[in-house]
Amino acid sequence: MENLRIRWFQWAAPQSFYPLAGRLWPWFAALAAVLTLAGMYLGFFVAPTDFQQGEGYRIIFVHVPASWMSMLIYLAMAFWAFLGFTFNTRISGMMTQALAPTGAMFTFLSLWTGALWGKPMWGTWWVWDARLTSELILFFLYMGYIALTSAIDDPRRADRAGGLLALVGAVNVPIIYFSVKWWNTLHQGASVSVTKGSSMAQTMLWAMLLMALAFWAYSIAMALYRVRGIILQRERHARWVQEVVA
Amino acid sequence: MIWESWEAFWAMGGYGLYVWGSYAVVLGCMVVEVVLARAGQRASVRAARDLLEQETAHDATP
Repeated sequence: MENLRIRWFQWAAPQSFYPLAGRLWPWFAALAAVLTLAGMYLGFFVAPTDFQQGEGYRIIFVHVPASWMSMLIYLAMAFWAFLGFTFNTRISGMMTQALAPTGAMFTFLSLWTGALWGKPMWGTWWVWDARLTSELILFFLYMGYIALTSAIDDPRRADRAGGLLALVGAVNVPIIYFSVKWWNTLHQGASVSVTKGSSMAQTMLWAMLLMALAFWAYSIAMALYRVRGIILQRERHARWVQEVVA
Repeated sequence: MIWESWEAFWAMGGYGLYVWGSYAVVLGCMVVEVVLARAGQRASVRAARDLLEQETAHDATP
């Protein structure tokens, strides 16, 4: 146990996390590429036409994974922020910052693909209902986090301010997830549920899950790649950084 | 192959604009993100290298 603890904290040091992230990200990037190819093949060449929505439903293979990632990445940011507040590890704030742009991108993509799906199926790009509005708030939370942390010069203070926003804003995530249950909304309920299983055709479900895993791997690869730049920037005065770049 | 032709594939049963509009923007965002991240990484390396050169130049002056 004692050994394990020392190990974990050792990886929390930027000096050892930098090479680790450098070794790991290409694997996650490759995994993301393979999963995307498999998911796209299944989604476009195997999954059948939907009896209600025709071929228009195929937006689901990016819409649902992007929406899941938008919520998951925010929770991951809150998790790192929590670690930062509890253990005061330097890497926590860097990981929170490294995740934010990818999370913001997936939130935007969730809204964008949702609009393109809403137009043909609901007859409108946008409605101010609970699901869509809370997802838009999530986008503003990401933007707020990015603006806040880049406005504060001292990285430790930026981490604390941003970490607080990440933790408090995480309240919004369950609101998004359960919004379709709690309120009457135009948005359909969950097609996949932990308790009730899936209401979709098997191949459709598999294509969607493969794409979700692909986006997951992509996000990990991007966060690991981006954190390296943040480490270098923050630790540029350290001797080990000078040895790395020399 | 579930499609009768490539035309049918691209038309997506009349939903082509919506379906491909979604996938194109997803791909575009990812490409932009990767390009920006690479630029950021290179800028960080360059800044650290500049600092190193400054310091060694500073140390060299008597």
